Parts: sequence; C-alpha cells; structure tokens
Amino acid sequence: MESLIPLHLLSPGSLGKVKKLTAEGKSRRRLLDLGLIYDTKVEALRRSLSGDPVAYEIRGAVIALRAEEASKVLVEWLGPGR
Amino acid sequence: MGLTHCSTGLGVMKEMFQVRVNSPNDLVVALGGNPNTGKSTVFNSLTGLNQHTGNWPGKTVTNARGKYTHKGDNFILVDLPGTYSLLANSAEEEVARNFICFGRPDATVIVTDATCLERNLYIVLQVIEITDNVVVCVNLLDEAEKKKIRVDLPRLSTLLGVPVIGTNARSGIGLKELKDVVYKVATNELKVNPVRICYDEVVEGAVRLLEPHIEEKVKNKLNSRWVALRLLEGEDTILDSLRDYLGVDIREDDAVSSALSEAKQYLRQKQVGKDELCDRLAAGIVKLAEDIREKTVVFENGQYKQWERKIDNILTSKVFGIPIMLALLGVVFWLTIEGANYPSQVLNTILFWVEDRLTDLCMWAGLPDWLRGAVVMGMYRTLAWVVSVMLPPMAIFFPLLTLLEDSGYLPRIAFNLDNFFKKVCAHGKQALTMCMGFGCNAAGVIACRIIDSPRERLIAAITNNFVPCNGRFPTLIALAVMFVAGSAGKYRSILASLFILGVIVSGVAITLFISSILSRTILRGLPSSFTLELPPYRKPQIGRIIIRSIHDRTLFVLARAMMVAAPAGLLIWLLANLQVGSTSILRHCALFLDPFARWIGLDGYILLAFILGFPANEIVIPVVIMSYTATGYMIELDSLEALRELLVANGWTWLTGVCAMLFCLNHFPCGTTMLTIYKETQSMKWSLVAFFVPVITGIVLCFVVAQAARLLGLMC
Repeated sequence: MESLIPLHLLSPGSLGKVKKLTAEGKSRRRLLDLGLIYDTKVEALRRSLSGDPVAYEIRGAVIALRAEEASKVLVEWLGPGR
Repeated sequence: MGLTHCSTGLGVMKEMFQVRVNSPNDLVVALGGNPNTGKSTVFNSLTGLNQHTGNWPGKTVTNARGKYTHKGDNFILVDLPGTYSLLANSAEEEVARNFICFGRPDATVIVTDATCLERNLYIVLQVIEITDNVVVCVNLLDEAEKKKIRVDLPRLSTLLGVPVIGTNARSGIGLKELKDVVYKVATNELKVNPVRICYDEVVEGAVRLLEPHIEEKVKNKLNSRWVALRLLEGEDTILDSLRDYLGVDIREDDAVSSALSEAKQYLRQKQVGKDELCDRLAAGIVKLAEDIREKTVVFENGQYKQWERKIDNILTSKVFGIPIMLALLGVVFWLTIEGANYPSQVLNTILFWVEDRLTDLCMWAGLPDWLRGAVVMGMYRTLAWVVSVMLPPMAIFFPLLTLLEDSGYLPRIAFNLDNFFKKVCAHGKQALTMCMGFGCNAAGVIACRIIDSPRERLIAAITNNFVPCNGRFPTLIALAVMFVAGSAGKYRSILASLFILGVIVSGVAITLFISSILSRTILRGLPSSFTLELPPYRKPQIGRIIIRSIHDRTLFVLARAMMVAAPAGLLIWLLANLQVGSTSILRHCALFLDPFARWIGLDGYILLAFILGFPANEIVIPVVIMSYTATGYMIELDSLEALRELLVANGWTWLTGVCAMLFCLNHFPCGTTMLTIYKETQSMKWSLVAFFVPVITGIVLCFVVAQAARLLGLMC
C-alpha cells in the first residue's frame, strides 16, 4: 500500500485521494459532510498568508481547513493538480 | 389554527415553530439549501416585501418568513438557515432539520447552485430522505452559463424523482414555474416518487431488522426508514427532538429497543462500529450525489475555474493580501466619512427645523416651560442628533460592506487573517464581525451568528466593541485633529489620519489580546473545527444590496438606537436642569466623578459625558460642550478651533485628548449594542462581561498612560 500523508502536508498544487479519516465523532461528521469520503479526490490550492489555513478544492467547492482538521484526513499523493 | 392541521396532530408542532396559519387552507412551504446559493434572492423574489424577520424560538438563528399568493391560494414561505448538512449539530442545522421533520411543511424547496451542483445535492438527498414533497430549484443558471457548465434538468428530475426547476432568481427567470410546481406538490396534485438512497448491504440489513418495528409508531408522521437510520446512529440531539415531537420516546418502547439492540448486534458482528456506520451513511449519500452529477452536469470548458484561481492568488497572496484588504477597507471608510457629511448636514437642518415647529406647537398649546424643555430640548433633540449623525454613515457603510460580502470577498479576509485568530483560540470569521463593527457594533454583534461554535461566537461578541464604530469615529477624528496634530501645520490632516490608523490598529491588537485572555480564562477551550467556504466570485446586484442592507441593517440598528436615545435624552435634560442647592445634578455628578477621572487623565465632565453617552456614543462631545458652557441643552460649536479653545480653557492638554481617545475606543458598549448583546446571548452574565471587559481595559490603559506621562513630566 502507498504511504499515506496527512492532508495539511499535501503541497499546494498537488492532488490527493482520501484514504482514511482519523477524526472521531462530531469532527468526523463535519469532514464527511464536506464530502471527504473514501477515494475522494482533493486538490490543495493555496496556503493562507502565514501558512494556515489551506484552501482545498473538494467536489467542486473551495473549502479552507485549518491544519488541525486537515491533519485528520490521510491522503494518497496522486501528482500535480490541474 | 385550522382543523385540518390539528386533526393530523401537526397543530402543536406548527405552534412550536410559530408559523401563523391564518386559515386552514394556507400552505406552508420551507425554503432550504446551502449558503451562497441565492436562496435569499429566491425568497425575496417570491415574497417581495411581504415578509417578517425574527428569531427561531429560543435560538439566535434568523427566521424570515413571507407570504405570497398563487392561483388563489395563500402560501407561507419559511426561509430556513443556509446549511450544508442536516445531521451535524450546529444551531442552524438543528433548526432547519427540525422544521423539515417536525414542522411538516406542505412542500420543501431546496435551492441549489448550478455551478456547484454536487455539493448541493448532498443536502437535497438528505431532505429527500426525510420527506417526499420536495422541489429542487437549480439557481444561478446564468453563472453556470458563463462558466460553460450545462445541467440536464429533465434528467436530474428523473434521477431524483422530484420536480426540478431551473431558475435565475436575480432576473426573475423560472420563478413562475417554481410557484406552479410548488403549488402542485403542496396540494398533492403532482405525485412525487423520490429516489431511495441505498446504503451498503450491512447497513441495509440493520435497517431491515429495525424499520418494521418503527413503522407503526411513526405512521403518517415521519419517514420510518429515516427514523431507523437515526436510531442506529444514536445521535441524542436528534432523538430528543424526535421524542418531543412524538410525545413518547420510541427508544423506550420495548419492541423498538429490542430490535435496536438486535440491529446493533448485527452491525457489531459485521465489524461496523459507530464511526464506520457514520462513514457508510455519509458515503451512501455522497456517492449518489456524485453519480447524479456525473449523469447530469457537463463542464464544457475544463478551464472554467482558472480565472477565479488567478484572482484568489492575488487577493490572498503573501505580498498583496493584506495591503489590498487595508486599501479596500480604507476606501470604504473614506467614502463613508466624506459621503456622510453633506446628508448629515441636510438632515440636521431638517430635524432642527422640525424642532422649531415643535416648540411653536408647545407654545401654542400653552405647555409649561419645563415640560416643553424636557420633551423638545431633551428627548426630541437627542433623538434628532442620533438620527442625523447615525443614519447617513450607516446608509453608506452597510451597502458598501454588503457589496464586498456579495462579491465573495469577505470570506477571503477571514482566510487571510484566520491564523492570527487561531493563535488566540478564536475564529477567523471574527475578522468579518469586526468589519461589520466599524459600521456599528450592534450590527457586528449580530454578525457573530456566522460563527458556528458558541465559545468563539461569545469571544467575538464580547470583543466587538474594541473596533470603533461610525458613532465613535467622528469623536476620534475631532480629538486627533485638535490635540495630536494641532501644531503640525500643513501636515495636520496626514498626521491626524496616521494617528487614526494607529488607533484602529491598536483596537485590533487589543481585540486579539483580550480574545486570548478570554480563551485562557472564562471562555477556555481549544479552537473548534474551522471550515470556511470560499464561494465563487459573483457580480453583486447593486439594487438588491441597497434595499437589503438599508432594510436589514441600517433601519434595524437605527430603530434600536432611537428606542434608547429618547429616554436617555430626557434623563440628560433632567440632570442638567434640575437643581440641588444652587447647582445642577449634572454638576454634582461631575464633581463627584472628578477625582477618579483625573487619575485616568480625564476630568469629571468627560467621564460623565461618556456615561451619559451610553445611549449613543455620538452625543459624548455635545454633552461635554453642554457641561462646560452650562447651557443645559446640547449645542454644536461652529468650528473645531472654537471647540479646541473651549476645551483648553477648561483645562484640556494633549494628554487629556489622548486619554479621551483611548477611553472612547475602550469603554462600555453603547445602549443599542448592550441590548443586542443581551438578545443574542440570552444571558445576563455574558452581557455583564461584555460591559465590564472593555471598561476595565479602558480604565487600565488610561491610568497607565496618564500616570506614565505625569511621571515623565510630559504634561505640556
């Protein structure tokens, strides 16, 4: 199996695929509500001024997540985004 | 309340959600959907100005409802809060979910954004799981057109099994069709057959074990499959509202509870724990949404997002992000201050003309002097003052800010600044509430509703007063020009502007500092989850912005301000005109406050003016003038020079000016804001905290500055 990286470490401009959520309860629910289910493609778009939060493109919407949340999403690196 | 509704047992619930049904034939339609889909445009276009805004019972979630008539039937349209999901537990989601489930609307319209359909289908499918009578409105078709996104509406309707109407609410396209279909669905003329959301085999197996036992208990009231899923999920908030609705707790029913343990046992056997179940439930809906999007949406131009990304790269870049933000806000302030001057004067002239007529009227009616004084010079004059200084700047500031909001820029500010707020355990959206606070702190406090978590929302509300509102700006500017830039000659206005900028920056710094103290003491906690959508940029609609921002924000705030100003005006007049011994009560109070006030670099009259300025900060300077000139009513001096001479003659130095500015920035919120804080928090305790935190900050700051200056011998 490919090694997984937490989403906040996915460098801007690259594409990842969700493989695992480590969040629990409510915060897991929130991530799922964003559409971050198994095998969902996510593109990291850009970091904010001081590096956090990061804007991601998730299922056609642009969502900013703080490192605390994004670190609970483990992704497989797919390569550069569009 | 009509018989038809009562007889189906729904009367109680409709009562609970306070939907007034004038006649049994009124049809109730709920309007839901994600934020930023043009939901409110749809709402406004359908109901016109025939609407009324309030709060949901016991919640600080805005509740707008309106009426319209179609084919002779009356429709009551209930605007639900914009949410992304119905199953997480923010106050907004709870309200939306409870209304759709238990308010039992005759039809539910879900507004979606054609440019981002997949994300929007998530909530559509969640609603379809609860109720059959759903109409999907695919809005913003013009934006989709521009981005070359084609949506196959007939196919979408077939796949969802409910009517789908394409609209462009801003130009009114499709609204008639929407009304027609809503009419048919609400009157059951059109039978719908919504898609059934299938989960994986294990979840379905558990549902099969449980559902038959529930069916009978909730028949005609709720969808038994949905109830079964929620029972399996075991989310207490949902199950508790279910109990309140049904009047019995189905968890306590023997048959149900034994079936539930059996189903849970089955899940355990299949290695499906709580989190895993949650994943599978979400996946069922997400995958279906994805599947439907694949079949119905065509992106004819794969590059459609490129220009948007380019704009974002500039607006949120490390180099330009903050300068652009400051420049934009600077332009907004400049337009507000410059633009408000003239209308303020005109309004002033008109209102004082009315005052003269009122005086004439009192004379003609033969009212005693004291009564005329109290009513005209006290109440009316304060009211007129507040209106003429508050209305024009707010009528300019709020539309400008709404313009930035509608274009999609404001969320980018939150994105840029979030890290500063995260460091003090607060929320990035607090930056937006602060922007609003520059217009009016009461509006800023209301804006705190956009922050999901209660802890961060309270921090934002308590610290909102540290950004100076329109009412305090003129005072700050006048003091800066007179006492800081006084001798700077031709550089005077530049120096004064820089100083004002410094005051704003220090306000922001104090906000962050106090937020950090609050999150370490009485509002302790880690930052809660932060998700911020950066919606697509959109061309704002000027006309709608002006109407909405004046109606929702300006007039709303003004009405509250007037409620406080009139009685306060009366009180001030009485204090200034009632004599005890040979001096007015006002003077007695000022003398009493004087020793303390001097400690913090002010004098008794200034401190008293701030206290009397509680109804509205605008009247602080006029009250100071009134006290020094002992006129007993508020007057305005012609020029800043004359004012400066008067103040200096009464012992003001540059230090008094600086301390007055500091105290102006850091003192208790005005009456209107306090009233709003109380209404928003529903708590006396937090209102008191919001009152004392800035006062104590102000006193400490002024004390330190005054004593330090005196120690260093910088008095003159």
